[in-house]
Amino acid sequence: MVKLVATSPAAGLVPLRHGSVMLSEVEATHITSVAPLDGKAKSVSAALKKAIGAEFPDPNRMTGKDGARVVWTGPGQAMVLGPEVALKGAALTDQSDAWTWLVLEGTDAAAVLARLTPVDLRDSVFEVGHAARTLLFHMTATLIRTGAERWEILVFRSMAKTAVHDLEEAMRSVAAQAGR
Amino acid sequence: MRVEGKGLIDRSQTISFRFDGKTYRGHPGDTLASALLAADVRLMARSFKYHRPRGALTAGSEEPNALVSIGRGAVQTPNTRATVQEIYDGLEAHSQNAWPSLKWDAMQVNDLVSPFLSAGFYYKTFMWPRSFWEKLYEPLIRRAAGLGALSGQSDTDRYDRAYAHCDVLVIGAGPAGLMAALAAGRAGADVILATEEARAGGRLLAEIEDVDGRPGPDWVADVMVELDSMANVQVMLRTTVTGAYDGGTYGALERVSHHVAAAGDAPLETFWHIVAKQAVLAAGALERPIAFRDNDRPGIMTAGAVRAYLNRWGVAPGRRVTVFTNNDDAHRTARDMVAAGVTVAGVIDTRAEAPGSDDYPVFTEGAVIGTMGRLGLSDVKVRHEGGERTIASDCLAVSGGWNPSVHLTCHMNGRPVWREDIAAFVPAEGAVPGLIPCGAANGVFLTAACLADGVRAAETVLEALGVKPKKLSLPTASEASSNMEPVWHVPGKGRAWLDFQNDVTVKDITLAAKENFRSVEHMKRYTTQGMATDQGKSSNMGALAILADVTGRAIPETGTTTFRPPFVPVSLSALGAGARGAGFAPQRFTTSHRDSVDRRAVMVEAGLWYRPSYFPKGGEAAWRTSCDREVGYVRKAVGVCDVSTLGKIDIQGPDAAAFLDFVYANTFSTLKVGRVRYGLMLREDGHVMDDGTTARMAEDHFLMTTTTAAAGEVMQHLDFVHQCLRPELNVRFISTTEQWAQFAVAGPKSRDLLNRLLDKPIDGESWPFMSCGSVSVAGVPGRLFRISFSGEHAYEVAVPARFGASLWEHLVTAAEASGGGPYGMEALNVLRIEKGFITHAEIHGRVTAFDIGMGRMVSPKKDCIGNTASRRPGLIDEARERLVGLKPVEPENGLTAGAHLFGPGAMLTPANDQGYLTSVCWSPTLKTHLALGFLKYGPDRTGEKIRVKDHVRDVDVICEVCDPVFFDPEGGRVRG
Repeated sequence: MVKLVATSPAAGLVPLRHGSVMLSEVEATHITSVAPLDGKAKSVSAALKKAIGAEFPDPNRMTGKDGARVVWTGPGQAMVLGPEVALKGAALTDQSDAWTWLVLEGTDAAAVLARLTPVDLRDSVFEVGHAARTLLFHMTATLIRTGAERWEILVFRSMAKTAVHDLEEAMRSVAAQAGR
Repeated sequence: MRVEGKGLIDRSQTISFRFDGKTYRGHPGDTLASALLAADVRLMARSFKYHRPRGALTAGSEEPNALVSIGRGAVQTPNTRATVQEIYDGLEAHSQNAWPSLKWDAMQVNDLVSPFLSAGFYYKTFMWPRSFWEKLYEPLIRRAAGLGALSGQSDTDRYDRAYAHCDVLVIGAGPAGLMAALAAGRAGADVILATEEARAGGRLLAEIEDVDGRPGPDWVADVMVELDSMANVQVMLRTTVTGAYDGGTYGALERVSHHVAAAGDAPLETFWHIVAKQAVLAAGALERPIAFRDNDRPGIMTAGAVRAYLNRWGVAPGRRVTVFTNNDDAHRTARDMVAAGVTVAGVIDTRAEAPGSDDYPVFTEGAVIGTMGRLGLSDVKVRHEGGERTIASDCLAVSGGWNPSVHLTCHMNGRPVWREDIAAFVPAEGAVPGLIPCGAANGVFLTAACLADGVRAAETVLEALGVKPKKLSLPTASEASSNMEPVWHVPGKGRAWLDFQNDVTVKDITLAAKENFRSVEHMKRYTTQGMATDQGKSSNMGALAILADVTGRAIPETGTTTFRPPFVPVSLSALGAGARGAGFAPQRFTTSHRDSVDRRAVMVEAGLWYRPSYFPKGGEAAWRTSCDREVGYVRKAVGVCDVSTLGKIDIQGPDAAAFLDFVYANTFSTLKVGRVRYGLMLREDGHVMDDGTTARMAEDHFLMTTTTAAAGEVMQHLDFVHQCLRPELNVRFISTTEQWAQFAVAGPKSRDLLNRLLDKPIDGESWPFMSCGSVSVAGVPGRLFRISFSGEHAYEVAVPARFGASLWEHLVTAAEASGGGPYGMEALNVLRIEKGFITHAEIHGRVTAFDIGMGRMVSPKKDCIGNTASRRPGLIDEARERLVGLKPVEPENGLTAGAHLFGPGAMLTPANDQGYLTSVCWSPTLKTHLALGFLKYGPDRTGEKIRVKDHVRDVDVICEVCDPVFFDPEGGRVRG
């Protein structure tokens, strides 16, 4: 009997540590895009709140907590990270396998990211709970700040190798310059 | 020589370095220039054009002369300014533009023929004969003139780029910049203080001057302690702000590791994009020389540089120093030298009144009229009130006043403003939005005034930010004025140098004016003044003044040349950091990539994707052999191909069908659930944009596929159409290209193969051609589409990407067991050409639906993007180049895509061009070469003979025009 084996996007590429910064992959779970249909924004948000305790986020924001988050990813579009959801009034699309879902954490994590993304990462601007669709060097990415020194990064599954390479180069550079 | 008890460097430690193979010693904090001067090395370089011996003119980044190469081989960095390069143990520096050696340079013969090499010489001389230019003159000139060279090897140094954000960017850390940073920092703003020096302080490190009752450097140290203690202030040393751009964005180059021996993983340089809400320009001023005869000998320096070498580095650049000045400021050089025990042979002052001295003679109404010394200054010829004399001197400190560093304020087209009272250009108000100049950069030269101006600038930016400034008491400091009286050059015979880096003299400027290059921009291009890597920092003002003089105009009406970014040279390696080699663009890999590579597949780039071209098997020497075999798999058994790279867009909503009807030329609202339809998408101009299949998964749910190449373009197009043209349609869509691993399973045995993997077997009745739906693939929910790009009985099966690698291996193993196997892009291409299916080789942007025989697909019953435009008479003209198939009369005759079509008897001229080929292949199925192409009147000429001619690749073949569907035109196999 044939059995299909699952492979994670960054399998064999992470975890990595350089200096104070660690790069790892979030274990496979559900990612679902939610795009409320016309006039359904409020009811979908309420339904989300009821189903997983997190409402539809404002632009550049995230709601919920570890294990059940909703992250804004574009006009009228958000991704539910964690639980599987079934909602009325919204276009739902399974994206669980579409993303390489990485975690960058450590004292210098923001310094590493500052080598790759033009977004303002200062504490006063990009607070915990904020999110951005932006660039990670040459590729598009969703950047989520889940802790003072913890960032989650979603990039295309097919680009996992380049993403990890770019992040690792930045990690090496920052580690080598730390304490200079 | 080193002067005991002077300087701010750490004399307790010694560093050893090499220059042109000879070992020297210096101390931490030394620049290459200061350490060489300490070792009495004045000759550091040869000039660009005449190979004149040159030494350091300045002590900063504006240095035109002392350019050296650091390192050798792949990591060699040319044109490094010795005045900026800090020494470290093991540093290897080499002189440039000299052969066989710096002291004896063969090319100095250029200097002897210099009367013939004046401005415009190249333009006048090398015009004729024309062919000589490329073959003879240019290579010769290029070899003779020049600065440092690249190694020719790939640079192995690391470079970085990074982004920073702040409320206030303070550019420069002299007295004005420090006060601005202090004021902004204390008020709580996020501050970045960037200085191109290794140490903050600016001129305060170079002068003997008290601030707040303490020596300048001590006050600087106290300020730095406070700035370092503030979490909201970031100090960036060795960081030159190189350009001012829109929206408060500044470029900056950080020299991260140029000063260390072993950088490890740290980059050599980092190029920063700094986004600042407000900025303060405290870049200081640059001292300007006075032009006089033979003013370029090693040992002739700016007066401020001579003081800097003494006071900051504890180095006297000479043993008998003379000073030539038009202001009081340079007299400090003489006083500091005397105080340090160095002999001052005299001060030559152009003014009638000058400060006197008991320690050295002061010659008023004086001028230097000549100098001597082959490889370094030995004597200075002076004319002064009451006579002429020659003074033995090995260092001449020159000051013609100071030019505010207005460069950054010119980067967005601002023109600096002339101030007669200081005889200098200052920044125009508001030249760069949000950039406030202060201190010497703003024409404020007194130290006390600089400190106050820094605070004023900070208060201005804080007000713009809405931040309340904190009270700040101003330190006391010098208020001595320099009483400068402008003098630009000393008239007389001989060559008086203006632009040291490009070897431009006063006479060159005069000649340019005489030949009517009177506009400053014309003069610049004619003489090349200001066009070297220093952008004329020490020569622009002098050249302008001389041009004004000889053309009888005032300086402000003569104008200014334009300063452009970068402020200092920036290496391309830093600008392109991280983008070398494969870093150029992200690589996209399918889930089957690793297995394909393991099977020795030859990979080919398709956009950012990597796809297998073919899978060679042992013994197959040519790609064609592999390709033919793989075509055979599909025609005779079963082949498997990864098609995950095709764009997939999930479209949902009550108006999804209406939306598709609008973006596709043909109709989709009539498509039944569980069925797939081919769709053609037009651009607004009526030409074909893309094609693909779209499946209806549910009443309000479609799945569109696009070509690999146009996936991004189509997604963008859909967004545009929905957001801008049809926002009333209640539809949502999102790319799912990355979510699904999708494989084509094609060939007569495809269903048998799939039935070994599907949990519920399929048959022809439940899954007819062009059907689709959900399936369970070995327990995993997937999707199945019965579609074909090969003309065979075929399917595409999709599973979530995490199972892609696993499913691929099972599919390939099963296919091999059935006499088939994996096939690559080459076979895929042959299969589709045999069937006359188009790709972007055909729909290349200039063809219409009519051209490819799909004119009737543009439904007249509904509107769609491009519908009206596609009906323009010119686009439905029978005479257009239209899609046809072409078969060589002799089947073995190969064809090339790109070849052109001519009538068999016609002359091969552009006027007789009848069309061109877009796709070609050898068909192993039909045992002939085949081609798709576009021919005038196309299908109307079926059966005619046409000549295929490729002028580039020497192909000349007679073909027969036929239907583009070469194989199985009835389509029986696909339904089998």
